Amino acid sequence: MEFSIYDFSTLTNSIHEGLSNSFSPTWVMIIEMSLVGLAFLGLFAVLGVTLVYAERKVSAVIQQRMGPMRVGKWGLLQTIADVIKLVLKEPLMNRQADKLLFGIAPFIIIIASFLAVAAVPFAKGLHALDFDIGILYVSAVSSIGVIGILLAGWSSNNKYSLIGAMRSGAQIVSYELSVGLSLLTIVVLSGSLQFSEIIESQANGWWIFKGHIPAFIAFVVFLIAGTAETNRGPFDLAEAESELTAGFHTEYSGIKFAFFFLAEFANMFIICAIGATVFLGGWMPLHIGDLAGFNAIMDFIPPIVWFGMKVTFLIFLMMWFRWTFPRLRIDQLLKLEWKYLLPINLVNILLMAFIGLMGWHF
Amino acid sequence: METLDHSEEITALESQEYFINMGPQHPSTHGVLRLVLTLDGEIIRKVEPHLGFIHRSIEKMCEKDAYTQIVHLTDRMDYLSCHMNNEAVCLAVEQGLEVEIPDRVKVIRTLISELTRISSHTLWWGVMGMDLGAITTFLYGFRDREMITDIFEETCGARLTMNYNVPGGLMDDIHPNFQNRVKAFLEHFKKKLPEYDKLLSNNVIFQERTKGIGILSKEDAISYGVTGPAGRASGFSCDVRKKHPYSAYDQVDFKEILDETGDCYARYKVRIQEMWESMNIIEQLIDNIPEGDFKAPTKAVIKLPKGEYYQRVETARGEFGVYIISDGKKSPYRLKFRSPGFSNLSALDHMARGSKIADMVAIMSTLDLVIPDIDR
Amino acid sequence: MMSIIKYFKDIYLGVKSLLTGMRVTGHYFTHPKEIITQQYPENRDVLEMFDRFRGEVVLLHDENNEHRCTGCSACEVACPNGTIEILSKWEINEEGKRKKAIDQFVYHLQMCTFCNLCIKSCPTDAIVMGKDFEHAVFDRSELTKILNKPGSKLMPGIK
Repeated sequence: MEFSIYDFSTLTNSIHEGLSNSFSPTWVMIIEMSLVGLAFLGLFAVLGVTLVYAERKVSAVIQQRMGPMRVGKWGLLQTIADVIKLVLKEPLMNRQADKLLFGIAPFIIIIASFLAVAAVPFAKGLHALDFDIGILYVSAVSSIGVIGILLAGWSSNNKYSLIGAMRSGAQIVSYELSVGLSLLTIVVLSGSLQFSEIIESQANGWWIFKGHIPAFIAFVVFLIAGTAETNRGPFDLAEAESELTAGFHTEYSGIKFAFFFLAEFANMFIICAIGATVFLGGWMPLHIGDLAGFNAIMDFIPPIVWFGMKVTFLIFLMMWFRWTFPRLRIDQLLKLEWKYLLPINLVNILLMAFIGLMGWHF
Repeated sequence: METLDHSEEITALESQEYFINMGPQHPSTHGVLRLVLTLDGEIIRKVEPHLGFIHRSIEKMCEKDAYTQIVHLTDRMDYLSCHMNNEAVCLAVEQGLEVEIPDRVKVIRTLISELTRISSHTLWWGVMGMDLGAITTFLYGFRDREMITDIFEETCGARLTMNYNVPGGLMDDIHPNFQNRVKAFLEHFKKKLPEYDKLLSNNVIFQERTKGIGILSKEDAISYGVTGPAGRASGFSCDVRKKHPYSAYDQVDFKEILDETGDCYARYKVRIQEMWESMNIIEQLIDNIPEGDFKAPTKAVIKLPKGEYYQRVETARGEFGVYIISDGKKSPYRLKFRSPGFSNLSALDHMARGSKIADMVAIMSTLDLVIPDIDR
Repeated sequence: MMSIIKYFKDIYLGVKSLLTGMRVTGHYFTHPKEIITQQYPENRDVLEMFDRFRGEVVLLHDENNEHRCTGCSACEVACPNGTIEILSKWEINEEGKRKKAIDQFVYHLQMCTFCNLCIKSCPTDAIVMGKDFEHAVFDRSELTKILNKPGSKLMPGIK
């Protein structure tokens, strides 16, 4: 079995062939799907632990603190200890809560994250689902999460939760538009909704550089709307700690709370991964025109590392936002979307179509 | 929780008002204050503060204590301006004893008052940011406050409940390091205070959240008795340091910060400006502490002559008054505190009506309530 | 037209104000040397409290196990909270006279507000404020302390 860090398709193909030799096609599909599912479960666990740790450390340094330092060297085991604590905690439920909805709400949220992460291309050939409508799929699936938030807020039988859920509903429905439109701005240039093709089209340069100013504007809009989509940073109205105690997940504890927590960080990863794929070339290395030597050095770095670096950068940006800005009010949040982001986006997409039509992009 | 009346059929466009309990345990009430909000969606129709969760009957306790013992109880009322509270009691007692207070005491009391004011305002700034969702400001505010509490710890022996005043003077002389530390703090804080503006005051989200929110007119401020920075932001000139100078405030040159707008942003701005003004006062006094005793001689058991005594001071929150009725014994017959927080809270309902829950948090934090000050 | 200019001006000024804020936090992120946290239990050895720090009331004893407390109860009177209780006994000194001396200097740490009034009221400077601040215990009764050491007696010459 041949294995290369630069191209995972050899690995995945060999697994597929190996399985096909010994099982019928139906069994092959079932086994492969469970393997992918297990891989994503592992990915989510790792993501949750590392991102929570990263957030705590980043916020600590920004605030001139040290962050977790006690459990393990540099507090590295702190989040693992937290996970153990959350798993062992008693899942409490409000006596007058709607038991069924209260129980399934966290699962809806986490399932939405799982569905969305399936379309993320991690490296060449490391891609669970490569639809021809990848972008459409992701934006459709990621908005399922809001149903979970609404259910959680409604079923908790808590007024704070309900207000938080209603806020979240209004917020995600609005910002879904901006996320979609800013992604479409790049689709105008790439001519495809398929992630692998979008990445291939960036082999000679990332869209954020090739697409002139409209691409940059689209990127900024995507960052803002993406932050709002994940209920983070200055847009965390749904859980606004100082107003609504914890918003929609006030009544949750133990493992169910851990699901909300994990989904928040997983969504952050997904939004950053899609932003990196569409605007920053996914796993494509940085290439500058004809500089053959420079390009060769960049090619030496494996694609999965490139992808990781880009996602890390975007995640850091989102953390930086969160730990700097005050929170918006609900009417200001909607004003920002409908009066600023959406008109800018629409003009921007026209501009981009014009540039694409004239062939002015690189 | 209010049960809804289902007897009438609710038509599609009719909206119902509902109640929400903000507190006693809520992250933004900064203590055990319970606010019963009547809401229509997110719009506040009525705010009803319920007090008394940490009532410790300090006024009653004062009636059995000697005058020296009263002072330390006032630390525990408005703990963020503890020195000013102590000073008010001591000034009232000194007024009755008719003792001549050494100049050194007056200057040191003024210096520590202004340091306390800065420390209270830095804490308020941090908490204000946190209430509006910018958690980082909280730690920056505490960082700068830490230097002041260190100064207090070195000179007074405690960080928060200092009890540095005694009737007739001070408990101890200032520590030899005091002047150097204060100068080091001023140098540090002059660099950090512009950062407050960069991080919060000029931030577009912050301005959107505070401008035009919770407007209190000058007339309303006077009729509700809203004093301190909250009153001055409405144009109500009420600075006791200017109107009725006590301690060394008649020796220093400073401005009374006034604003006309009366919204949350005006209250915010007034407090930021007051920090600069306090630094100005400290700078004028820090090198001019006169030599002398740190305490005027008083009898071991203080007995006030029969009569009534009132003394007001300007704390970080507003006008704090001490009213003593003495019947000539060693403890007061009755003692009443006029706390600024109580009057400021009374205007909350007027200011918050018609705004949203998120605005409510901003209004609360610009009033800068300290709950033990309200309940006593 | 003016409203369009205002629209873009608002966006420009808003973004600029956000970026200045990010510069402040970015500065601290890139300067981890400015971290001010002190790791408390780890730095116990180097932790030095200020001289005047009020941690607890301590009755001073010298190397001969002698203290300066005459049992005059001035601190007991000065204390606003009933923190100090002086239990005295009658002793016969070397001249054969009956004299009052302390039997037990009882200090209720759980009631103490560290107001320093007892220290100021002591005529013989027998008690001072100690620097120890780690008073957490599992049983409340441990907070009631007897400050005079067993077998200690009054320093000669103190009246």
